[in-house]
Amino acid sequence: MTDHLLQVENLRVHFKTYGGEVQAVRGVTFHVDRGETVAVVGESGCGKSVTAQAIMGLIPNPPGRIVDGKITFDGKSITEMSKKELLAVRGSEIGMVFQDPMTALNPTMRVGTQIVEGFVRTHNVSKEEARKKAIEMLRLVGIPDPEKRVDQYPHEFSGGMRQRVVIAIALANTPKLVIADEPTTALDVTIQAQILDLLRELQEKQQLSIVIITHDLGVVAEIAHRAVVMYAGVVVETGSVEDIFASPKHPYTWGLMRSLPRIDGTEKERLVPIVGSPPDLFDPPKGCPFAARCQFAMEICEQQMPSVTDFENGHQAICWLHDSRAPKIDELVAAGRQAG
Amino acid sequence: MSEALVEVKNVKKHFEIGNGVTLKAVDGVTFTINRGETLGLVGESGCGKSTLGRTMIRLYENTDGEVLFKGKNAHQIKGKDAAQFHRDVQMIFQDPQASLNPRMTVMDIIAEGLDIHGLSRGARADRVKELLELVGLSKAHASRFPHEFSGGQRQRIGIARALAVEPEFIIADEPISALDVSIQAQVVNLLEDLQQDRGLTYLFIAHDLSMVKHISTRIGVMYLGKMVEMASSFELYAEPLHPYTQALLSSIPIPDPTVARERIILQGDLPSPANAPSGCVFRTRCPKATPQCAAEVPEWKEVGSNHWVACHLYQ
Repeated sequence: MTDHLLQVENLRVHFKTYGGEVQAVRGVTFHVDRGETVAVVGESGCGKSVTAQAIMGLIPNPPGRIVDGKITFDGKSITEMSKKELLAVRGSEIGMVFQDPMTALNPTMRVGTQIVEGFVRTHNVSKEEARKKAIEMLRLVGIPDPEKRVDQYPHEFSGGMRQRVVIAIALANTPKLVIADEPTTALDVTIQAQILDLLRELQEKQQLSIVIITHDLGVVAEIAHRAVVMYAGVVVETGSVEDIFASPKHPYTWGLMRSLPRIDGTEKERLVPIVGSPPDLFDPPKGCPFAARCQFAMEICEQQMPSVTDFENGHQAICWLHDSRAPKIDELVAAGRQAG
Repeated sequence: MSEALVEVKNVKKHFEIGNGVTLKAVDGVTFTINRGETLGLVGESGCGKSTLGRTMIRLYENTDGEVLFKGKNAHQIKGKDAAQFHRDVQMIFQDPQASLNPRMTVMDIIAEGLDIHGLSRGARADRVKELLELVGLSKAHASRFPHEFSGGQRQRIGIARALAVEPEFIIADEPISALDVSIQAQVVNLLEDLQQDRGLTYLFIAHDLSMVKHISTRIGVMYLGKMVEMASSFELYAEPLHPYTQALLSSIPIPDPTVARERIILQGDLPSPANAPSGCVFRTRCPKATPQCAAEVPEWKEVGSNHWVACHLYQ
């Protein structure tokens, strides 16, 4: 318990809008250990990015508000910090990598200056030392010819190179944790492979913990140790990547996996989509949020939120199917429902 | 059995981008699409796949070469033939948000093609309702506006609009890239069903190789304005010949942590198409490049049954 670098407990985040209050995150709990990569997976609107923003203390207030819950980072409570205390953590102990490297960088500032901006603020260094640090960071993230590149502007870099710069900024203060929000989504596959490799390599070198937010199950399998599957603001399943891919426990996770074609498959099989679309979070269902799209939904699913069921190795899922009183999945299949 | 519906012969599309610089977005591409098949077109951003699709449907005039649709040159036809061409060939766009007019009702959006081609006299509303049901929406949706729909539903409206004029050939430019995974499968299944029921022919442009492999009969791989390889989708995956195809396939993350793979990680980035390398355009990133690759442009050649490749390794 004490070894968790990051602990998120029962986090709830709401946003006020003209249409009412959106309950974007509705009781999220997970943890990240030292040197571990945890992937938060889910579709748009499931609350994965809002969770990341909450960890960084970046929820804009108003309209957003952390209604309930606790975030503990390295023994300190982020949710109870003052703005000034947060500043000391953000950027130095927690680094952030954003999705779109073009908008994350300042187009009017030299790349080198941006990389060491945070470093200079926290360390008392001369100009030459700062420049040397920037060059060292560029070399670390694999940018060729760093002595020349350090004085260039973002528009002189390609998309993949810009993402490397963003990673260099996140790492400049040797943080303990890096939060990467869809870091490869804006990149082409061959460049994505380069960036994922870089993240893996940096993690080993610097003993980093990484939280990677993604919608791509391929990326999860490729880079993460554990995964947190989110749906409609709720964690529906969590566990080691091996367990989740080998024996997923939640119907939503089954659905996600079956709706993906396999590039290494030999036969053409029809895709099995998840019918319908996610619920409206202005007025979330009181039961399981996936019930309306679930083939196995029972009466109780719409009435009451299921509780957490524990499996081996910290593998957890919330689903009524795992309740001792529920019918076995085989029985449901026999009764005419489609197999998961 | 396989009758060519579309023949693309040495098509080029160049753009003048000022200062006397020419951007060769598509630079000499040749292939055919048979009736009833789905040709997948893959490549990274800037490889010219969308420009090629847009040139084929005559949204762009071509710089050189010809596109033959049912034997007629799509860029030369006039009058009645041109009107028929614009009925027979339709397009589905990537972003269903941007490709539907926010001020028009779904009814007017879908019926626009019917009105233009004079196909709907008397039965306009019925026809639109029929199309809505065909794509899995309800007829009650006809009076609504695009903003009232989710992304997947909007893409269905875009598909209904394309189908309204009863086309034979549909160019789908990244039709599922803007959608969530669970919704992508819904739209792909819909496209497959429609193809079966109506004998449609598709050009499916995308960068998601797994989905392209799933939906396509054959796949063409583009790099920097050139077609580098084309084969049946199974063969392309099982036996990729071009070093670029090999690298591309090995970069795709597989959603299975137990699969260990030898990755070919390409060094560097895509060169600018305004200043493409001499000889083979891929040579600057190719792990197998030789001096010959810089000197000569590799020929586009059939090396196996229906397996085409442009690479000096196979000449």
